Amino acid sequence: MDEHESPELTEDEKRLFANLMPEDLSEILDTGVNRRHFLKLMTLAGGGILAAQSAVAEQLLTRPLTPAPAIEPASVSLDNAVNVSFKVNGTVRKLTVDSRMTLLDALRERLDLTGSKKGCDHGQCGACTVMVNGHRVLSCLTLTASCEGKAVQTIEGLAKNDTLHPMQDAFLKHDGFQCGFCTPGQICSAVAMLDEAKKGQASYVTQNVRQTTGPARLSNEEIRERMSGNICRCGAYPNIVAAIQEVYSGKPVEQVFRSV
Amino acid sequence: MRPFTYTRANDATSAIKLLTENPNARFLAGGTNLLDLMKEDVERPNTLIDISDLGLAEVKSIANGVNKGGVSMGGLGKNTDAANHPLIRQHYPLLTQAILAGASGQLRNMATNGGNLLQRTRCPYFYEVSMPCNKRAPGTGCGAREGINRMHAIFGWSDQCVAVYPSDMAVALAALDAVVHVRNAAGQERQIPIADFHRLPGNQPEKDTNLVHGELITAIELPPNRLADKSYYLKVRDRASYAFALVSVAAALETEGAMIKQARIAMGGVAHKPWRALKAEQLLVGKEATEANFNQAAEAVMADAKPLAHNAFKVELGKRSIVLALQTAMNGGKL
Ligand SMILES: Cc1cc2nc3c(=O)[nH]c(=O)nc-3n(C[C@H](O)[C@H](O)[C@H](O)COP(=O)(O)OP(=O)(O)OC[C@H]3O[C@@H](n4cnc5c(N)ncnc54)[C@H](O)[C@@H]3O)c2cc1C
Ligand code: SF4
Ligand code: FES
Ligand code: FES
Repeated sequence: MDEHESPELTEDEKRLFANLMPEDLSEILDTGVNRRHFLKLMTLAGGGILAAQSAVAEQLLTRPLTPAPAIEPASVSLDNAVNVSFKVNGTVRKLTVDSRMTLLDALRERLDLTGSKKGCDHGQCGACTVMVNGHRVLSCLTLTASCEGKAVQTIEGLAKNDTLHPMQDAFLKHDGFQCGFCTPGQICSAVAMLDEAKKGQASYVTQNVRQTTGPARLSNEEIRERMSGNICRCGAYPNIVAAIQEVYSGKPVEQVFRSV
Repeated sequence: MRPFTYTRANDATSAIKLLTENPNARFLAGGTNLLDLMKEDVERPNTLIDISDLGLAEVKSIANGVNKGGVSMGGLGKNTDAANHPLIRQHYPLLTQAILAGASGQLRNMATNGGNLLQRTRCPYFYEVSMPCNKRAPGTGCGAREGINRMHAIFGWSDQCVAVYPSDMAVALAALDAVVHVRNAAGQERQIPIADFHRLPGNQPEKDTNLVHGELITAIELPPNRLADKSYYLKVRDRASYAFALVSVAAALETEGAMIKQARIAMGGVAHKPWRALKAEQLLVGKEATEANFNQAAEAVMADAKPLAHNAFKVELGKRSIVLALQTAMNGGKL
C-alpha cells in the first residue's frame, strides 16, 4: 500500500487526531496519509490516547485493518534463502524464507496467521504451540526450512467454518482464559494432548508406566502434568483443566469459577 | 541469530562428511537446544545440517552381541517415542519416567535421543554472553564460582567450572549402563559407555563430552537387566513440572527375598555429568532393603559432596531424595 495515497481518515478520526495532535493534523492531511499510517502514529503517541479513553479511539484501535496479503520479498535476494512448500491448515503454501526464520515468524509475519503467539521465543511458555504432522510442537524452536512437505495446523485451522472445535467451545464455557494470550497455544496443546492420551502415552505422574495397553486415563493431575508446557500468566489453570476434562470425559464438568 | 546455511542431509555418510569438513557446522536434530542457544548468540554455527530425515529412529530388541536381549534406540528417535515404546516401558520403566520428567510434551515431541545427550548446561552465566564463562569463552573466568550458584554442582566441579549437566534421560541411562554408538567420517563405529561419554569440567570445561566433532550418534543401547520390577526416577524441582532438576535420583534394585542383590543409584542436578554412586550401591548389596540401610547408602553418597556458597541445601535434599527414590523403587515405582 502506498503511504502517500490520498487521506482516508473518517470524520471521527480527523476529530480525534485534531484533539490529540492538533499541530500535526494539517500537515498529515496535506501530505496525505492512509489509515494504516495514521494508526501507527496513534500507537507511537501511546499512553496518552489510552488515557483519553475516547470511544472513538477504542473503535479505531480495535477495527480490523484490511488483511495484508502474504508478503513475498519480491525480487530482493536473500543470502541464505530456502524454498519451502508445506501445508498450513490444509492449504499448500510456498515460501522463500531466510534460513533463520522460525515457523512461528513465518506463520505470523508471512502468512498473517497471528493466532499463534510469541510469549518467550525460547521454548519456555508454550504460547506458540502448533501441530506439525499431528504432533504438538513449539513453533518458536522450529525452523521454517525444516517444514518442507509437512502439514502444520494452527489455532486458525481448528474450527470448521462457523462451528468451533469442541475444545474451543469448552474453553469458552469454562472461561479458560483471562487475557487470552496463552489461549491459542493452550487449545492446540490440549487437542493434541488428548490424542496422545488416546494412543496410550504415559506421563511422569502415570502410576504404572509398564502397563501399555489401552488409552491413558486422565485425572486432573494427569491433565496438569501433560499441559505443564503451557504457562498461563493469568493463572486460569483451574478453568483450563475443567475445560479439557470436559472434552476428555465427554460429560459436562462443573464450571470451577462458579463453585468458588 | 547470525546467518547460516541450511542443508538437509539425505544420508548419514554425507551428513557426517559435511560436518567433519567444517568446524563451524552443527547437526540440527530437534533444534530445541541448538536454536535456543543460537538465538542467545551462545552458539554461532555458519552451517546447519538437518539430520531429521536420516532414519536411525527405531526402538528394537538387540539380537546379537554383548548386549543381546537388551534394547537399542535410534539416535534420531524422538524422546516421546522412546519413552512410550512398549519395549522401553516394559523393560526400562526407569528410562520412561526419566524422559517424561524432562521438559514438556511439546519439547519431547521435538527432542531426539542424541540431541538430549548433547544438550548443554543451563548455567545462566553460560547463557548470558556479557558474563564471564570458561565453558562458552575459555579463559574468561567462571561467573558462577563466586556468583549465584544455587543451581550448580556439589560433586566433581573444578575452579574453572561449577556447572551441572541438565539431562534427565541421561541420569537413567547412567543407572542402566547404557552404551552410546557413534559413527565417524571414515565409516567407523565407536561404542562409548555412558559413564565415559560426559566429562567432568577439569581444565577444559568447554568440552562437555568425549564425542569428536564430526561423529554422529546413531544409537543408544541398553543392556538387559533384572531391575524393571523395582525402579524409580525421582525429580525434585522448584515447581511441580516443566523445570530443571535441583536434584534427581535414578534408583533401581534387584532383590532376592529380603536381600538386595543389585542396586543402581545415579543422580542428576549435582554434577557436570550424571553422577553414578558406585560405592553406595556396593554398600547395599547383600543388605536388607530397610530405611536404615537406605539412609546409610545416602550418607555414603553425600560424604563426597563439596557444596558451593548457595547450594548446601542440595546435600540434605540429595540424601532424602536417594532414600525416597530407593523406597519408591522397592514399592514397584509407585510413590
Ligand atoms: C524450556 C525447556 C525446558 C527443558 N527442560 C528439560 C528438562 O527438564 N530435562 C531435560 O532433560 N531436558 C530439558 N530440556 C532440554 C531438552 O531435553 C533438549 O533441548 C533436547 O533433548 C535436545 O534435543 P534436540 O534433538 O532438540 O537437540 P538439538 O538442539 O537439535 O541438538 C543439540 C546438540 O546436539 C547435536 N546433535 C543432535 N543430534 C545429534 C546426533 N545424532 N549426533 C551428533 N550430534 C547431535 C547438535 O548438533 C547440537 O549441538 C528443556 C528444554 C527447554 C527449551
Ligand atoms: S559454571 Fe561453567 S558454565 Fe557456568 S559460568 Fe562457570 S564456567 Fe560457565
Ligand atoms: S514462544 Fe515458543 S514457547 Fe514461548
Ligand atoms: S489467559 Fe492470560 S496468559 Fe493465560
